[in-house]
Formats: sequence, C-alpha cells, structure tokens
Amino acid sequence: MSTTAARPPVAAPEGTDERLGRHARLAAVLRRPAVGALVAAIVIFLYFSFTTTAFALPSGASTWVFTSSSFAIMAVAVALLMIGGEFDLSAGAMTGFTGLITGILMTHYHWNVWLSVVASLVAALAVGFLNGVLVMKTGLPSFIVTLGTFFVLRGVDLAVVKQIIHQVSVVNFQEAPGYDAGAQVFGSYVKIDLGWLPWVHVDSTKYLTVYAATFWAIAVVLVASWVLQRTHAGNWIFAVGGAQQSARQVGVPVFRTKVRLFMTTAAAGWLVGMLNLFKTTTAQSTTGVGQEFVYIICAVVGGCLLTGGYGSAVGAALGALIYGMVGQGIVYAGWDSDWLYAFLGVMLLGAVLVNNWVKTRAEQMR
Amino acid sequence: MSTTTATASGVTLPAPGSSIIEVEDLGKSYGSVIALRGVTTHVNAGEVTCVLGDNGAGKSTFIKVLAGAHAHSEGRFVVDGEERKFSSPRDALALGIATVYQDLAVVPLMPVWRNFFLGAEIRRGFGPFSRLDIPEMKRITKAELAAMGIDLRDVDQPIGTLSGGERQCVAIARAVYFGARVLILDEPTAALGVRQSGVVLKYVAAARDRGLGVIFITHNPHHAYPVGDRFMLLRRGKSIGNFPKGEMTLDELVQMMAGGAELEALSHELARTLPDSEVARALEEEVAETMGTGTQADDASPGSHRGS
Repeated sequence: MSTTAARPPVAAPEGTDERLGRHARLAAVLRRPAVGALVAAIVIFLYFSFTTTAFALPSGASTWVFTSSSFAIMAVAVALLMIGGEFDLSAGAMTGFTGLITGILMTHYHWNVWLSVVASLVAALAVGFLNGVLVMKTGLPSFIVTLGTFFVLRGVDLAVVKQIIHQVSVVNFQEAPGYDAGAQVFGSYVKIDLGWLPWVHVDSTKYLTVYAATFWAIAVVLVASWVLQRTHAGNWIFAVGGAQQSARQVGVPVFRTKVRLFMTTAAAGWLVGMLNLFKTTTAQSTTGVGQEFVYIICAVVGGCLLTGGYGSAVGAALGALIYGMVGQGIVYAGWDSDWLYAFLGVMLLGAVLVNNWVKTRAEQMR
Repeated sequence: MSTTTATASGVTLPAPGSSIIEVEDLGKSYGSVIALRGVTTHVNAGEVTCVLGDNGAGKSTFIKVLAGAHAHSEGRFVVDGEERKFSSPRDALALGIATVYQDLAVVPLMPVWRNFFLGAEIRRGFGPFSRLDIPEMKRITKAELAAMGIDLRDVDQPIGTLSGGERQCVAIARAVYFGARVLILDEPTAALGVRQSGVVLKYVAAARDRGLGVIFITHNPHHAYPVGDRFMLLRRGKSIGNFPKGEMTLDELVQMMAGGAELEALSHELARTLPDSEVARALEEEVAETMGTGTQADDASPGSHRGS
C-alpha cells in the first residue's frame, strides 16, 4: 500500500473498490476463522456416515445433535470470553452448580419451578460477576482466578449439597409446582420424520429427535454472532482482547466489557445446567466437572485465538459439532470411547497451529 | 483549504495563522525534581511547532502538560486566549487538543474501519436493536484517509497489515475526524525507516494544510526542519530557544540539537585515550558533519579533521 501512497497517481489505479477482484473476495472468505472448522465438520460427518450404519440415520443422529447443541451453547459463550482475552475454567462446574441449586430449591424447599430457575440464574450471574471483578481488580490471569472459582464451586457442590439433602444428587422433582412448564421450555423435544431420506430403510429409525437444547443453541449462536459483528459491544470485545491498553486509550470501557463477558459465560453455564436438569431429571454434584477444557477446545477448533482478539461464534458452534459427532461416531464405530480424548488433543494442537498460521497470514496480507 | 474546516463533531477550525496555544515560562516540578522550566512557545492553526530534544530533555513532560496528563506548576498556559490548567486528559480533548502516542492505540487484528471508530461507533436503531452503521463508517473511514492522502484498497483489512507510516496516518486521521484542532504527535517517526518517515512527514504536512495546529515532537532535526514552522529546543529540562523557521537554517538547528561543543570535546577525549579506535573516528566524522566544518565535498577521510 505504501507504494501507491508514495508514488505519483500514475501507479494508482482509478476508483477504489475495483482493485478488489473476485480472487480477493474468495481469499477473504477463506480467511474467516470458522472455515477450517466447517471443512473438518463436513469431513468427519462424511467419514462416520460411510463407515458406520447408525451415524447418519435420523434416530442415530439424535444423540449427537443433542450433545453438540449443549456443548455449542457453552463453546459460544467461552469463545466470546476468549475473543475478549480471558478464560473461564469454572464454566463446566457452573452447569452442575446451577442444576443443583434449582433441583434442591424445587425438591427440598418446594419452591416454584420458575422461582428456582431464576434463583440459580442470579447465583450464576453473581459468580460470573465475581470472576470478572477479581480478574480485573487483581490483574491476575483469569486462568488462575477461575481455577480458584472452579474448585470452590466443586467443593460447594459436594459439601453443601450433602449437608442439605444428605446425598450428592437430586432426583424425583417431577412433583415440584410448575414442573411441566419448566420441562416444556428446557426439556421438551420434537420428532421430525426424515423417512424420505434415501438411506433410511427401517421405519423405526426415521425420526430425528430434536431437543429444546438445539433451538436454544441456534438462538445463542445467532445472538452471539449479531453482537460480535453488528454491535458496538462486539467491537469492544474484539478490542479488549486484541489490545487492552489501546482499547482503554480510545475510551472503550474495558472493565465493564470484561465483567459482562464473565457474566455471559456464567449465564450460558446456567442455561446448559437447566437444559441438562430438565432433560435428565437429575442433578449431580459432579455434572460438568472436566468439561471446561472441552469448551475451550471447541472454541479453538472453531478458530478462536488463545491469545484473544480473534474468533467467531459460528466457529465455536462448529467446534462443538465436531466434538459431538466424534464422541458419538466413535461409539457407533465400536472403538473404545477413550479414543475421544486422544482425538481432542490432536484436534487442539492442529487447530492452534492452523489458527496461528491464519493469524500471521491475516497480518501480512496486503 | 479554506479558512474554516468542519469536522465530525462540528468543531470549526480557526483561520490559519491565528494562535491556539501559547505557553510562557512554563514549568513543571515533581516534588523537588524540576522536570521542565522556562518553556515559551506558541502553536498556530495551520502551522507546525516542532519540539526538539534528546532523551531525557523534558519532551515527554512537556507533552503530558499539554495533553492534560499532568498540570503545570509554573508559568502561563493559554488556550484560545484564556489561561488554563488541565486536571485530566479529558480537559485537553474537550478543547480539541488530541495526542497521538507512539503506540497509536490501535488493535492490530481489527479492520481499519473498526479501529477508526473504536470507542465512538456510529449506531443505528434503539435499545436492543441498536447496531453499527457499518456502510457509513466504512465510507467515512475511506474518505477521511483519502483526505490525508492515503488511498486504501480495502478498509476491511486488519490494521496490522498496514505499514508503520500508514498506521500513524490512520491514528492522525482519527484524531482529526473526532474534532482535534491541535494535534500532538509523540515521536511519530522514531520507529520508522527513512522512506516510512517521509510518508509520515507528508501526513503531518497534510494535517497542517487542513488547518490544524501541530506539535511535532522528535529528536531528529532532519525530520523536523522540512515540515516545521517553529522550533523549540529542550535540553536537560530547559528550553534553549524558540525560533521561527526564518531565523534558523537546518545546519544551525542540527548544531544546537547535537550540543556541538559537548560532542566535540568528547571526540577529542576519545581520540587521546583511544588513538585509533573506530568509535573515535566515527564520532569525529559526526562532529565534522554536525559543525559544518568538514564539508562532505572537501574531504571525507577522518585524519584530515584532526584538530578542527
């Protein structure tokens, strides 16, 4: 560019946008953070569809569609936080924490379902707020602060719950007042008849069960993409993650933006907690523990930089889809399901390398 | 440029040549440490005032006072004919005094237009449907950069892909668009190569021609002289002169800057203790060049300058 600026107008082409040819637009699409994840998702879908019988059947797909959806909700929230330059290791434990609060309030204290649901949301937001304020006020890495929160939540989940109900899981809350309405919102499903697909030959396999989680996930992806790309809040998220000092200098409210991101992640944990609670009708103290890294991996596979300032919501959702498909595909293929972890590790390393390469390319592109 | 130029915030620039900032015997001390004293100069609309000085000469203290980061402790600081004492950078910005710091306050991975409007985005719609007016922001970014002489193919490219000079220009254009009347540029050419420095100087001139008062801080007289209308020299926290361009040649400026006498003494000292050292020779050459005694055409060999 400096050449066009420095040379006399002879070298500068007429007009402005005409210099962007078809090739440049294609390159721009390929540079989008989610493209790699989309390609990988398609490849994995095709692989398991052709190597196993159950994977692509509507009834078989129901499982991985649900898993992917609930992971997508978390992955998208964690991706927003990562774009903002922070991590949240308490996100997994949050899903169990909120489920337990709602469950105990309904069964032990016989609260109304909605009241219990709102109470756990308030608790989640409070923890998220605390995470954000601690990270911003102390200047400690969010990795450390939220690791602390994670252990606190995990301990509280076990100790307090045992103290109150003398066991570590909450069951049988179908009698709670207003339960049906809650189940409608968080635990219901629709069956879609896909019998017309050419590879469906047995009648019993023609229904795809789509749980409420999937609709919530789609809504979350749409809202998150809108916020990131089309609102000033999204601009600020990219800025605080990309160059915090610069963002502060031009007047971006860094503190507020980051605290809100932590609260958003906590709220997503609450949503997934509710979805699990009403689908499985149990809440366990160990729910979600260990999944916080899966969310981060999904976000990274979807193109988020670990260093912040770059990524997309759609990419994170695709990362979750890959995770869900592989998790179920391995089962259908008859492999030992522990291979999933080895696969996750390889995916993570591969994705980080690809992301760094893409980032370097993006910065050098002229 | 006509006599007035309207910017985004409706700020009207005063006629070129009229005074915006005047400082008289300005000083700043931190407790018992005197960081700056006896500074007198002024900044006119459509003119470039260069502040020259070596490291530690008090340049950054001077900027901080002008930008509102620190209040001055003595002397007069007049803006638009009214005496002021800033207590925060906000005060300075409200009067249209904008500072472009060395790190430029840009986010490398974000597109140029998002950087341009960062923190002051144009929005459409209300409440939860409030959204960015992207086409408008792209259009303005492109137009404002074009007005500064940068012709970008694509304002959607990450700002990190621009050259150092161009990034500097985006930061300048941003300050201008958001209502700056006085632009403080903190060492804009310090980290740049020769060609990129030239590009930045062109943009400094462009800002001047749009009617802004520019304060150009640098330690390089060769960069200051071509664009400057007035030169204020600092040494060891003290002003050692404030000259309009007409009263000074580049050679004189370079000589004052380099502290000619001190440099010469040092070169003699080195020559005595280290008769044949590379350093001494290089230093002597520099002294010769700086003092204008050994002209480039005459003789370039170091030996002939001994004792000059």
